[in-house]
Amino acid sequence: MSTVKARLAPVTGHRLFWPLVMLVVLLVANTVYRPSFLSVELKNGHLYGSLIDIVRLSAPLILVALGMSLVIATGGIDLSVGSVVAVSGAVACLWISEQPDQNSLGGVFTALAIAFGLALVLGVWNGVLVAVIGIQPIIATLILMVAGRGLAQLITSGQIITINSEPYKTIGVGHLLTLPFAIIIALVVAVIVAVLTRRTALGMIIESVGGNAEASRLAGIRSRRITLLVYVVSAACAAIAGFMMTANVSSADGNAAGLWVELDAILAVVIGGTSLAGGRFYLSGTIVGALIIQTLTTSVYAMNIDPQTALLFKAVVVIAVCLIQAPAFRARFRRKRTLAPPPPPAPTAEKQKEQVPA
Amino acid sequence: MSQRHPVLTMTAISKHFPGVRALDGVDFRLFPGEVHALMGENGAGKSTLIKVLTGVYGTDAGTITLDGTQVSFTGPMQAAAAGVSTVYQEVNLCTNLSVAENIFIGREPRRGGAINWRQMRRQAQEALARLDLHIDVSELLGSYSLAVQQMVAIARAVDVQARVLILDEPTSSLDADEVAQLLRIMRQLRDQGIAILFVTHFLDQVYGIADRITVLRNGRLVGEYLTADLPQLALVEKMIGKELDALEQLDSEAGKDPARVAEGSPLVEADGLGRSGAVAPFSLTIHAGEVVGMAGLLGSGRTEVARLFFGADRADKGQLVVDGKPVAIRNPIAAIDRDIAFCSENRRTEGLIGELSVRENIILAMQAARGWLRPVPRRKQDELVQRWIEALSIRPADPERPVRNLSGGNQQKVLLARWLITEPRLLILDEPTRGIDIGAKTEIQRLVAQLSDGGMAVLFISAELEEVLRLSHKVAVMRDRQLVAQLTNDESLDADRVMRAIASGARQEGLEKA
Repeated sequence: MSTVKARLAPVTGHRLFWPLVMLVVLLVANTVYRPSFLSVELKNGHLYGSLIDIVRLSAPLILVALGMSLVIATGGIDLSVGSVVAVSGAVACLWISEQPDQNSLGGVFTALAIAFGLALVLGVWNGVLVAVIGIQPIIATLILMVAGRGLAQLITSGQIITINSEPYKTIGVGHLLTLPFAIIIALVVAVIVAVLTRRTALGMIIESVGGNAEASRLAGIRSRRITLLVYVVSAACAAIAGFMMTANVSSADGNAAGLWVELDAILAVVIGGTSLAGGRFYLSGTIVGALIIQTLTTSVYAMNIDPQTALLFKAVVVIAVCLIQAPAFRARFRRKRTLAPPPPPAPTAEKQKEQVPA
Repeated sequence: MSQRHPVLTMTAISKHFPGVRALDGVDFRLFPGEVHALMGENGAGKSTLIKVLTGVYGTDAGTITLDGTQVSFTGPMQAAAAGVSTVYQEVNLCTNLSVAENIFIGREPRRGGAINWRQMRRQAQEALARLDLHIDVSELLGSYSLAVQQMVAIARAVDVQARVLILDEPTSSLDADEVAQLLRIMRQLRDQGIAILFVTHFLDQVYGIADRITVLRNGRLVGEYLTADLPQLALVEKMIGKELDALEQLDSEAGKDPARVAEGSPLVEADGLGRSGAVAPFSLTIHAGEVVGMAGLLGSGRTEVARLFFGADRADKGQLVVDGKPVAIRNPIAAIDRDIAFCSENRRTEGLIGELSVRENIILAMQAARGWLRPVPRRKQDELVQRWIEALSIRPADPERPVRNLSGGNQQKVLLARWLITEPRLLILDEPTRGIDIGAKTEIQRLVAQLSDGGMAVLFISAELEEVLRLSHKVAVMRDRQLVAQLTNDESLDADRVMRAIASGARQEGLEKA
């Protein structure tokens, strides 16, 4: 028994172990409820199925959560991502709706460029408030969270802008190489963020600033620039998510687009193992976290759970995920179970020790 | 004077923490109408004694008697209720509340359940008037200077019928005028019959106000003296704790040749450099290959000097000259650009990133200088890190282990390695050997000697005189936030002269130099 445990330690001790277990449990639960859940079929050269849907629908959340990971790693938080989603979607749709030919590629690309540019400006705004003026991140981004909604409403004149543009629609529901286009976009952005942070020294420097800002300053790190940069990256990710969400429904609703996405994104980051206190961040964990949240949302709909209790259900699962992940909670649980037998075998105990220091 | 009875007596107080004997049979007493200075270096047990007295800690042994009755407080609130009030170094009041609220927080005058604001303001005004302080008590505390805040804290402390007032380093963040104001109030309270326990690092203040001095060292009582009977030099000796005779035998064999290094133009030169509230303007030159030791008591301004050289704090007076050219060093990056490196004395808060690995911590400064777009190639990282782990024998020799899991000595070496790979020309070491074991200590001392032989300039700050004397070509002596002497470390320099400089300041040393 103990040798099996010892051999499994590298697997069970891995950061992604518990989030992945959670994801599998959710998938199994769905399959039990609806046996066809796992089936994926090829129609007209496109892959279809519940699994594909989950990944496709989680694409915007993955994008927002990737940006959020970097912000959280610096010890900050970005509450304005939902508003950036709304603003960028609104600007893109407004521009396209005013084109004589909504299907012109040039028009769509111009729309994307303008909206993306505006999102970068919003990111700089957040970054300047936090890094240069020194406002606490939660307050600084709260400003744009509220003001951004207003801005989106202003852009859409309070109406829902509906467009009829095939190229734009592709972003949300199109296919490429049998896969939904949204999945590919999310994948590409994830790779870009990973390369940006892990192939350069950016990731380490972000973790350094989040881990100990004063020590980083004394080591010669230009922490203001780094802080500013992560808010810009976060806004850029949110903008792409905004295109995806509005393309999905071919309309921009300044009021509802991206509403509460910041909360899901923060949850995804935390489930992925990144501490809200800043420091180490885990992009792969964030992606798994986002998948868990989307699977949960899909399950709630698929299982016909009363929409009024759906949020509560979601909350319970999220609490469970967070608790199971916490080494302190698992240790307490294990101690209770093994109250009678002597202390656990050495290897596991050592593992525990290494994880615990705060 | 000795006829009077002490208001407070602590007898044979002992307090152990795991692995540390913080207090070992310490006696202490306070007389009404006296200012009693509690003196000692870092780790001497001053704060522990205060915390035991106010009930923050329990005692392992010993008794505390207040007005003839044995007491054992369970916490500062209870101590204050019994007339023993404490004002801490950092004003621990709420700057976002009004002055009156701060004075009465937790014991607001009430009428029918509601706070009687008018009465509270009136009483606050009266409490402050007793200290000769006339300010608007409905203003926010934060809108007043630190000195006024400190006095509000004192007003709060004495307003609760205090008979014993504990002032734990109340002057450390005040300027000269503010200190004078505070001392005046202390005298006034003393004359009202309050017994004052005064902890400070400023010798001038001790000799300016204290009637009696108790010295602690390493958790033991060195002695209780009347200020008039204890010359400053004797006090410094008792605090540092080496008999002069023993120190004179210290080896100064390190083969230093002060004349050699002082030749040529200086590498770094401070010309009247200073920062108000931190350190008075000073001038100091450092040559390539020279070790400049910095001696002085805790809080004398040693660290502040180091921070000005590195740009960790911005100087508001004077000029720094590097390679003969005046430069403005406004931040650490500017200093690093000129090959200046700084190992802070607070390894955990100002040095290492605990969560990151040994490897990441070592390459951090080098990487920061290159910018994030040009990462140090992983192979080069591994090579550098491996080399320095071996050179400094960092244990465990695992580059991927989080640095917080290393011992203090090994953490210090990691911090050293971080700066050494940047190949600095001036290395500033602030207490590099504090809190580390003797083996690591000798290794670090040897390393400093090697580096200086190799042409690196080192500013070496340490509370241990032996260490400073062993390594330095020149010793700069700090006292009360001033550079009071610069002594060439030739045959004639010994611990005695350094201590004399610490104790007596510039005047006497100026004569010696002339």
